[in-house]
Amino acid sequence: MATDSHGMGGRDPQATPGSFGAGEPARPFEGQHHARGYEGALDAPLKGRQMVVNLGPSHPAMHGVTRAVVALEGETIVEMKLDIGFLHRGFEKSCENVTWGQCFPYTDRLNYVSSILNNVGFALVVEKLCKMEVPLRARYLRVLTGELHRICDHLTLVAAMGLELGAMTVFLYGIEARDLIWDRLTEICGARLTSNYVRVGGVSRDCPDDWPAKVEQTLARVAELRETIDKLLTRNRIFMDRTRGTGVISREDALDFGFTGPCLRASGEPYDIRKAAPYLVYDQLDFDVPVGKNGDNFDRYLMRMEEMRQSDRIVRQCLRQMEPGDIVVQDFRYVLPPKPQVYGTIEGLMAHFKLVMEGIKVPAGEAYSYTEAANGELGFYAVSDGGGRAYKLGLRAPGWPMVAALPHMTKGALLADLVPTYDSINMIGGEVEQ
Amino acid sequence: MAKAVLEALAARFPGDVYEPYEGVGGDDCIFVRKSEIASVCRFLKTEPALAFNMAPYITAVDYLGVEPRFEVVYNLLSTVHNHRLRLRVKVPEGDLELPSVTSVWRGADWFERYCFDMYGLKFRGHPDLRRLLMYDEFVGHPLRKDYPLRGRQPLVKEREIGDIFRGPGPAGRDG
Repeated sequence: MATDSHGMGGRDPQATPGSFGAGEPARPFEGQHHARGYEGALDAPLKGRQMVVNLGPSHPAMHGVTRAVVALEGETIVEMKLDIGFLHRGFEKSCENVTWGQCFPYTDRLNYVSSILNNVGFALVVEKLCKMEVPLRARYLRVLTGELHRICDHLTLVAAMGLELGAMTVFLYGIEARDLIWDRLTEICGARLTSNYVRVGGVSRDCPDDWPAKVEQTLARVAELRETIDKLLTRNRIFMDRTRGTGVISREDALDFGFTGPCLRASGEPYDIRKAAPYLVYDQLDFDVPVGKNGDNFDRYLMRMEEMRQSDRIVRQCLRQMEPGDIVVQDFRYVLPPKPQVYGTIEGLMAHFKLVMEGIKVPAGEAYSYTEAANGELGFYAVSDGGGRAYKLGLRAPGWPMVAALPHMTKGALLADLVPTYDSINMIGGEVEQ
Repeated sequence: MAKAVLEALAARFPGDVYEPYEGVGGDDCIFVRKSEIASVCRFLKTEPALAFNMAPYITAVDYLGVEPRFEVVYNLLSTVHNHRLRLRVKVPEGDLELPSVTSVWRGADWFERYCFDMYGLKFRGHPDLRRLLMYDEFVGHPLRKDYPLRGRQPLVKEREIGDIFRGPGPAGRDG
């Protein structure tokens, strides 16, 4: 190791170019020399070339497969470019080539953490085109299961955010709570993730008799876990320092970028589609819309915590208000007839055959329906030519504008702040990359 | 509110907006001439009585066999007045260029890139009009109705990228 006459080191010619130590003074051995020779060295600005770091497509700190090319000055992000599309499955093209009813499994796979919310969003656009009125009990069941899935979505975000900021305990609690809810949803629709629960004109199954009581028990346990997470994170020094004041976006910018949902409300804009344009039975339910102030990661986290409590309220109200009744419209142009009719009558058999082979005949026209999914506005723009298949099915993914605004939100921030920002906008590759 | 928006538009842009109608479920829709879409959008955003401060969704449709073939659909929202509006712009196959609205709403950026990627529409004035979900070497525009469902894309040569240690290499996509 070469040292110069002052004993504070010179350049290390042995070091690999670019590695730690290259071009830097070699470190002296003795502590006392160290103290004298390096006076003020800790405060000196590090002058260096800009460095380009490739985060992803597959990186432990990135959700899903997204590639971020970050230009760094020291640890500060100078510029960032996002490269998405690694999870593109051709959602729109697939849906244009199957019948309307067969689109439901595809919508499950958009936001795979809260699939029923996607099912509902898609069902509503078809029902809008058909000008169909859905039975009351079906509407309650949609809201109920949808809100349960909203809790799951927010739990996932909070849990993952804790995990990536070093609080693994929170992750375990969050995932336990989420799986308890998924157990209940499995009982009603037969699958944990890809629920495929909603149908055009209603829902596929009614809930089992003992189900409401079980849901209330589950909610009680989930509330316990949620409050534990709250205690672990919300006043946690490390968590607060990592999230407060990072990833800030102002109200004007959030609107300009097209933010919706919790991320928009965290910036102070009180817009919630469930209140602004109530659909299903949201106008008969009593719930509050939390609104943030600073638009930073901490506010976006708090939005999720509070929305889980509100969803809890909504689910309990639904369980109380729901009355027995039909769960699907009794119109065999849209809904498969019950099996005894299919096997026993020619009309039932024909209706079944037509629906399976040709699909629902949706009147020609175009419509845009929007619902409040867990991350914001879930929009479907459907064009029908009167046939059994969608002519065009455009998807407005809730997470899309937030991901698009990520370079804006992280400009000038530390590289480490990218991680909580990426968490709090809750990018789901399935919906953003379609 | 609903009629007021359409009337204000018709008064401000006579001849450039046409055929207002009430869509399924009571949505307000209107057609806009292609060349004027950016100025119409700017008016809708800046006029305080309208205040469409957000463009939640912009997409395109390919009506193959109909002339003009393409259509760009702008779904706008005013959180101030809680009102929505849908603008439809017809784009003929011979002239796929139309003004970009990224200068009005920054959120339009990726939606326009998506329309370029999937339909081949060219937005004049867009800051960075590249493919969004597909890779640069992809041939064709997959959401066009004449894009085949089965087939293969040509193989793509591996891209040369700059070496972050030994200085920039051949100029790649990321500079």
